[in-house]
Amino acid sequence: MSWKLFNLLLEASLMTIFVSTVSILIGLVLAILLSAANLSGIRPLRWFSKFFISFFRGTPLLVQLLLLYNLLPVIGVQIPSLVVAIIGLSICTAAYQAENLRGGFEGVPTGLVESADMAGFTPVQTFWHIRVPIALRLTLPALINEAILILKASSLVSVVGLIELTRMAQNLVASTFMPLEIYASAGLIYLVINLVVATAGRQLERRLPGVGSK
Amino acid sequence: MGFDFNVILSKQDALLSGIAMTIFVWVVGTLAGAVLGFVVATARRYGGTLVDKALTVPIEVIRGTPFLVQLFLLYFGGPYIGLSLDALPAGLLALSIYGAAYFAEIFRAGYQSVPPGHVEAAECLGFTRIQIIRNILLPEMALLVIPPSVNMAIILLKETALLSLITVPEMTMTASAIGSQEYAFVEAMVLIALVYWVLVELAGVLGRFAEKKLSRYRLAKA
Repeated sequence: MSWKLFNLLLEASLMTIFVSTVSILIGLVLAILLSAANLSGIRPLRWFSKFFISFFRGTPLLVQLLLLYNLLPVIGVQIPSLVVAIIGLSICTAAYQAENLRGGFEGVPTGLVESADMAGFTPVQTFWHIRVPIALRLTLPALINEAILILKASSLVSVVGLIELTRMAQNLVASTFMPLEIYASAGLIYLVINLVVATAGRQLERRLPGVGSK
Repeated sequence: MGFDFNVILSKQDALLSGIAMTIFVWVVGTLAGAVLGFVVATARRYGGTLVDKALTVPIEVIRGTPFLVQLFLLYFGGPYIGLSLDALPAGLLALSIYGAAYFAEIFRAGYQSVPPGHVEAAECLGFTRIQIIRNILLPEMALLVIPPSVNMAIILLKETALLSLITVPEMTMTASAIGSQEYAFVEAMVLIALVYWVLVELAGVLGRFAEKKLSRYRLAKA
């Protein structure tokens, strides 16, 4: 396999990294909003949050992407593959991240929440300034894990036509008939990206202070 | 714009065979993955440092790459090294190997959770290694291993959808085909999403039931 082919794979992996990063960040914001809905006293919001998390964790991402990709034209929306891919991945990862965050929110010391109430914080202020930062810190390892899962899951957005690493590999295989070398190289690139993310994650965990007294 | 589920439901024979195929590849892939993962974890524990280190590499490679890429590598790349498999055996093999890498880690954690004193006591009593695994290690780690195993089984159920991309006639592929023929792709996808959802919830309920049944064997904390 030539360097030219490998370079094409490397270039496509930038799209993989871009789509994954954007989706993880949007997913995180959605997950925090889902958690807020779950913690709020409004029952329909809580139901919605539970339904959302259960449905998107209970169905395959491939089916979700195929559904979204085919649903949009039916309801008269035309958007590029890149946006479809990001919406699909963000919604799916939001459900998983919300489930992880649930554990984090449960770990927030009640005393801190009570003192914020006493200090005159509104519930919204308490949520954003006390609960969210602590829950995020507590779920950082799970978040890094989820980032790695999403990097791998982003291979599925090849089905909505976005040229990322896996789709590029498929295209190159179709034109060169070298599936072994090309898919093995794609796998290697995924592996290296994941190792970098995992290592960076461990560094970040070590640097950030813990929560509560040790 | 209206959705018509009737055209999809009228193809119930094809749908049901797709659902049956999904359940078949799921059960076989999960069981084979669990057995293989157990063998790998046992080899790592008793095979010496070299075997332990050597087995770490494939486990990390499989866990660090997307299942889709592994599936394509095996199915499309296999014939180039003399491994020509039909879609179904290729899918089952890929799913089992993928599952095995995760199950190996689950069983490794299980092995580590058993207090060394229990194994030493059994050795002193003259238990053979097989007896120790069967009568001490397996029962003691069972309770710890069940929740992550159920979780893994659920992940594997969702991964079976990818087998449609190498033309295994499981439910995603069947539904896509019917949906395209009948111009009701969205309805077809909604329908099978619901089936997956029910299967996942069912697996979770069964898992919690098994956990509860086995919890009476929980060891008292020393």
